[in-house]
Amino acid sequence: MRDLSQRALDTAVQRGATYADVRVVRRAEESISVKSGRIEAVAFGESEGFGVRVLVDGAWGFAASSGLTMTEADRVAGDAVRIARASATTLRRPVVLDDRPPAHGSYRTPYEVDPFAVPVEEKVADLMAAEAAMTRTPGIAFAEANYSAQREWKSFAASDGSETDQEITHVVANIEANAVSGDELQRRSYADSGQAAGYEWVRGLDLAGNAERIAPEAVALLSAPQCPPGRRTIILDPSQLYLQVHESCGHPTELDRVFGTEASYAGTSFLTTDKLESGFRYGSDLVTIVADATAPGGMGTFGWDDEGVAAQRVPLVQDGIFSGYLSSRETAPRIGRRSGGTMRADGWDRIPLIRMTNVNLLPREGLSLDDIVADTDDGLYLASNRSWSIDDRRLNFQFATEVAYEVKGGKLGRLFKNPTYTGITYEFWRSCDAVADARSYVMIGTPNCGKGEPGQVGHVGHGTSGARFRDVQVGVGRW
Amino acid sequence: MVIAAGEEMLVLADRLLGFAAAEGASQAEVLVDADESALTRFANSEIHQNVATLDRRLSLRFVDGRRVGCAATNRLDEASLRRLAASAARTARLQPELEEAVELPEPGPITPVAGAYSPGTASTSPEMRAAAAREVIAAADAAGVLAYGSLATHLERVGIVNSKGVRAFEERTWAQLITVCMGPDGEAGYAEADAVDATTIDAAAVGREAASKARHSRGAVAVEPGDYPVVLEEYAVADVLDTLGYIGFSALAVQEGRSFHEAGRVVGSELVTIVDDARDPAGMPASFDYEGVAKERVTLIERGVCRDVVYDAQTAARAGRRSTGHGLPAPNPWGPFPLNQLMAAGETPRDDLVAGLDRGLLVTRFHYTNTVHPKLAIITGMTRDGLFLVEDGRVVGPVRNLRFTQSYLAALAGVEAVSRERRLLRGYLGPVVVPALRLSAFTFTGATEH
Repeated sequence: MRDLSQRALDTAVQRGATYADVRVVRRAEESISVKSGRIEAVAFGESEGFGVRVLVDGAWGFAASSGLTMTEADRVAGDAVRIARASATTLRRPVVLDDRPPAHGSYRTPYEVDPFAVPVEEKVADLMAAEAAMTRTPGIAFAEANYSAQREWKSFAASDGSETDQEITHVVANIEANAVSGDELQRRSYADSGQAAGYEWVRGLDLAGNAERIAPEAVALLSAPQCPPGRRTIILDPSQLYLQVHESCGHPTELDRVFGTEASYAGTSFLTTDKLESGFRYGSDLVTIVADATAPGGMGTFGWDDEGVAAQRVPLVQDGIFSGYLSSRETAPRIGRRSGGTMRADGWDRIPLIRMTNVNLLPREGLSLDDIVADTDDGLYLASNRSWSIDDRRLNFQFATEVAYEVKGGKLGRLFKNPTYTGITYEFWRSCDAVADARSYVMIGTPNCGKGEPGQVGHVGHGTSGARFRDVQVGVGRW
Repeated sequence: MVIAAGEEMLVLADRLLGFAAAEGASQAEVLVDADESALTRFANSEIHQNVATLDRRLSLRFVDGRRVGCAATNRLDEASLRRLAASAARTARLQPELEEAVELPEPGPITPVAGAYSPGTASTSPEMRAAAAREVIAAADAAGVLAYGSLATHLERVGIVNSKGVRAFEERTWAQLITVCMGPDGEAGYAEADAVDATTIDAAAVGREAASKARHSRGAVAVEPGDYPVVLEEYAVADVLDTLGYIGFSALAVQEGRSFHEAGRVVGSELVTIVDDARDPAGMPASFDYEGVAKERVTLIERGVCRDVVYDAQTAARAGRRSTGHGLPAPNPWGPFPLNQLMAAGETPRDDLVAGLDRGLLVTRFHYTNTVHPKLAIITGMTRDGLFLVEDGRVVGPVRNLRFTQSYLAALAGVEAVSRERRLLRGYLGPVVVPALRLSAFTFTGATEH
């Protein structure tokens, strides 16, 4: 593949590119889905191709093809240059890249058990056992268990001499039990997460054991009282807190959003660059959030991003103060910084975009998550995300969780169904008065982060331990 | 590399079908999907992303009695196809048998539909896309705002063969221009145009619409959340159809008990009729689904009453009826979806919808909607890119965006007027043809700062 990459780079430069990079990518995927006692799908897929990104006259062009031939390398590189020249006809601000040193080396996701080498029978049996444990619970209408794995071999080369090779392996699993009665449908799920790891991670989830835990809860929720509305103290379990971090910190710290380049689709950000300069208070003193592409097991962990920038840990919020962005070689120089190494593409046929790596709310020494519950007189403990929505500047959010447990006198009590909560991002994070310590810290991989046009799906990670928030609006809408 | 013509693609599919037979398949299906797509994206009134891709993909559904395995590749050499067949066969045979028999669709008549393909879209060049972007930008410049958006062009060649004799091929094209214009204080306006033929999109008109709305959004004031009568522009109505299609109009959702849809149940006002019809020339036509079954017209809601839902081969077999031609590519645990929804036009001139509001809100579009409760069709989301207060039948000024938490079914029950004009748009599931609506009430539950 080095020959093909070099050919495409040479052609691009000969045609006028001042910078070019080529990614040759092969992706293998497998997925298994079991629902209602039957195998819904067992599938394997593979895809390979290459993408050429060029800068010509200060403007970007990109072309990609699944044809891995020298002839196609010439054609695609030529198309990329032609496209860049078309882009340049509207140019107002020529692209300037930061001066990262050329990248060299290789990286491989560490794992113990190759998920692709585990027999399909074993993986099917694991899912069937979990699914059966749910469906044998009286009152369960349907249940499902899902597993998937993805491995990507990625070869990056750039006209500045960079050459890297990476092999990234991700596994994903989830189980879900659904109970239905009349107009009521209640769901409890477990895991709904991924990891940069091998099948050992799936085995460690104990899907069957957790199936026996969640299925009765789904049924119990059918007759549980509606979550009462009001201003409440809430404790977020990591199974919900990870998405709160994702939506209200991860996305608004994407510097491309801040500069408007996602405005027509996902939107912009309230975290404008003046807030970085002024030391904007994003959250309480307890809130420290980092983007860490080196975190073990994270789905946003790698060796280099898709611009050849080495993986690194970037502070986003330090002790409550907004302190940094997710950035790229193009955007970072505009705020006087170097790229934080967050550019990733969804396969060979997409351009790299600023993506979250592993955006983690760091644990705080002091209270365990159990201690926080014990320290709460009157509140709600919310777990497992059910729905999410946030405005186009990432300010007004609303989440629903699968379950709320009443907290009274420091103890978890009865279930409430259909819990929702809403707020304004910085007001919410400023109301955080407890972050749990490392004992409950867990890395949750999100394999479905959408961004960009044409659409791209990103794999990102979020480490959280659970946290408490005061005076939050709970119970939204008319039921 | 150029995308292969239909016959060449079907030859590839036949070859893979032969390899599946050699591996002992009792039935097999091959889907060939070739995509040539391009997208020119602009922000801050300049093109900042500009891409073109070319791919061909072969997918095999291998049936061995009561077991099914699927495999897909974009490596089209003979060795890769043989490996694909062997992989799908191995996958199938490693599984326990299903309780139900597996039956791929039988061949049926497929009448080619007119208007699915446009050479004007298939031959769009980067220079033509850049010219369209420049037209949008010029309109924004003239209004003193900045333009953000994209022009996408897409050529799909899809072929399906199966061992029972299904054999179908079709070329389909579509193009979409979306634009958000934003002013110096963040005021924003949205416009969109979609077509099978990219050359029919009037980029300057899209730019003017978005720019005008942005200018009129300047100086937005806060209003209290609460219940308001509303006029939903077509962009917002598209989200209503998309969401209901996703959570409720699928036979699988009904069979699993998670849909609101029950035949005969009244869910909308008498002004509400929604069908799925891929053969309607007002939409983006297609003649068959991804299982090679002819597309049928399905009435989803008729004058406010639930009628039917869409089926693929699997859900149809469970229900003892025929597929309506709404299958997705295998493997498909999500079930069938209505990919070509149309809402019937009404009799009210579009401009008169606002005139019927004493005091209410005019909504351009929704943002980031999500389902809070599927059976009650309770959805939350934000308004975006143009929200206006209406008093005494006139738009009196822009207001800041609001969050809603609202049952879309209750919203349909409150439809008071439907515009006689409709727009073709592309939703999450696919093309939709929608009018603008006036609703008696819509529940806004929160506010934001812009």
